[in-house]
Amino acid sequence: MFDLLGITPQALYSQLLIGLINGSFYAVLSLGLAVIFGLLNIINFSHGAQYMMGAFIAWLGLTQFGNWIGSPGMQINYWLALLLAPLLVGALGVVIERTMLARLYKLDHLYGLLLTFGIALIIEGLFRYAYGVSGQQYEIPEVFQGAIDLGFMYLPKYRAWVIVASLTVCLGTWFVIERTKLGSYLRAGTENPRLVQAFGVNVPLMITLTYGFGVGLAAFAGVLAAPIFTVSPLMGADLIIVVFAVVVIGGMGSILGSIVTGLGLGLIEGLTKVFYSEASAVVIFVIMVIVLLLRPAGLFGRER
Amino acid sequence: MTDASAPAELLRVANLHAFYGESHILHGIDFVVNRGEVVTLLGRNGAGRTTTLRAILGLTGTREGSILINGRETIGMATHAIAHLGVGYCPEERGIFASLSAEENLLLPPAVASGGMSVDEIYAMFPNLYERRASPGMRLSGGEQQMLAIARILRTGAKLLLLDEISEGLAPVIVQTLSRVIRTLKERGYTIVIVEQNFRFVAPLADRHYVVEHGRIVEAVTMAELDEKMHKLHVLLGI
Ligand SMILES: Nc1ncnc2c1ncn2[C@@H]1O[C@H](COP(=O)(O)OP(=O)(O)O)[C@@H](O)[C@H]1O
Ligand SMILES: [Mg+2]
Repeated sequence: MFDLLGITPQALYSQLLIGLINGSFYAVLSLGLAVIFGLLNIINFSHGAQYMMGAFIAWLGLTQFGNWIGSPGMQINYWLALLLAPLLVGALGVVIERTMLARLYKLDHLYGLLLTFGIALIIEGLFRYAYGVSGQQYEIPEVFQGAIDLGFMYLPKYRAWVIVASLTVCLGTWFVIERTKLGSYLRAGTENPRLVQAFGVNVPLMITLTYGFGVGLAAFAGVLAAPIFTVSPLMGADLIIVVFAVVVIGGMGSILGSIVTGLGLGLIEGLTKVFYSEASAVVIFVIMVIVLLLRPAGLFGRER
Repeated sequence: MTDASAPAELLRVANLHAFYGESHILHGIDFVVNRGEVVTLLGRNGAGRTTTLRAILGLTGTREGSILINGRETIGMATHAIAHLGVGYCPEERGIFASLSAEENLLLPPAVASGGMSVDEIYAMFPNLYERRASPGMRLSGGEQQMLAIARILRTGAKLLLLDEISEGLAPVIVQTLSRVIRTLKERGYTIVIVEQNFRFVAPLADRHYVVEHGRIVEAVTMAELDEKMHKLHVLLGI
């Protein structure tokens, strides 16, 4: 069969793997967007910049931090970065939400979109000014160097880790939202935040922390991405366009929808590369157009 | 349940003004609710009764004047902080969450004071809700939604209940059930403010009635004065 189509199994598996990796990033990023949109009603256009900051924090921690503090041997390693980057970017998110986004909730979606778009341009501009556009390499952590022999293909260990870590974070988030008390506040708050607050829940605080968590997820994805993709100020801007298409296809605000759609579209993109590689860059957008025409609320979305 | 040493007055609203954006809706509402009383806010549609309840919880736009709950001034407090003074709110539109099951809706509101009813007690009071506990909120009938909206604030320990048009659009047997529920709650020492259109439903339940018109209280009627002021009430309410 492979011969018939003029492709090798190796090419198929390796493209599927790349598809799964990309899909993992789409899933984590669109999940963050969905969580934020659900409660804040804001389309967070700075998500890509926050993802990029996560990757940069990892890179800066590994290569620059020692120089900053005057002892070049000191490093913030990968694991610490995986914890620290989401916390730092999340904290910055909290400040952005409190000082700026909180003023926009009564207005149309469009204002939040414009504000976060502006924030993204500023952040990306600052990083470009400081570090240029050429991009930096981040070394794969030692434990993940090498590959696992699966019999039919070699699976690079770090890529396996990215898939495992992304899925774990996605499923953990899904579990918290769908199966816990805190999650029931979030779901109810998505429907009617004023009433949830009238029941005694500190909804403004919940909104602030939700934004912090959502952009923290983006930074987490950024750290995961640092050893695979080049760390550059525009890495998020390129990716986020695709992620927005994923969100539109899955349905804005649907948690499970964003996870499933993210992974699925990553795979479809990978398959397209094998069978008709000319279309691989646009296939997601073609699907988006079709979905928008047939189901404007997205595959998993509800009309509101 | 009522503490003998506590002051009799649980809620005192004085010169309350409330706005939605630029529209000035309440023009100086004054009324008092004592511990353990059932008090109604009557009036025609659009009189400002719902807005009064919402203003007590800080759910309107700007509000001015004074709202004392248990002797505490709440006019400057955040909505969630007011709830924690022991206030339970059942909104006019019922506010059942569609994405939550009936039981998740019941368990949603956090405890705001000690001494709330247990889930078992609540299911004993509303047997239908027990049968429907796994159904999504949006699948419940109007009557079930109304019972759930009341039931879920009984779990929280709130002692001051603000109920908005609970009999609206419901079949007579369900209205009867609700009136038994209100009686039971009164016996248990709850303090209840009911906004109503259906005077016949609340007349036998309430200690006092206030009539709202154009954002003001225009008449107060105690149970003892009911016969004597009946004609006036009919005129005010247009019944
Ligand atoms: N969200 C709102 N924005 C602007 N005006 C409102 C809003 N809600 C109610 N109103 C107005 O406030 C007045 C009082 O309404 P309401 O308190 O709901 O009356 P009632 O509950 O007594 O029927 C009405 O004139 C209504 O049109
Ligand atoms: Mg009303």
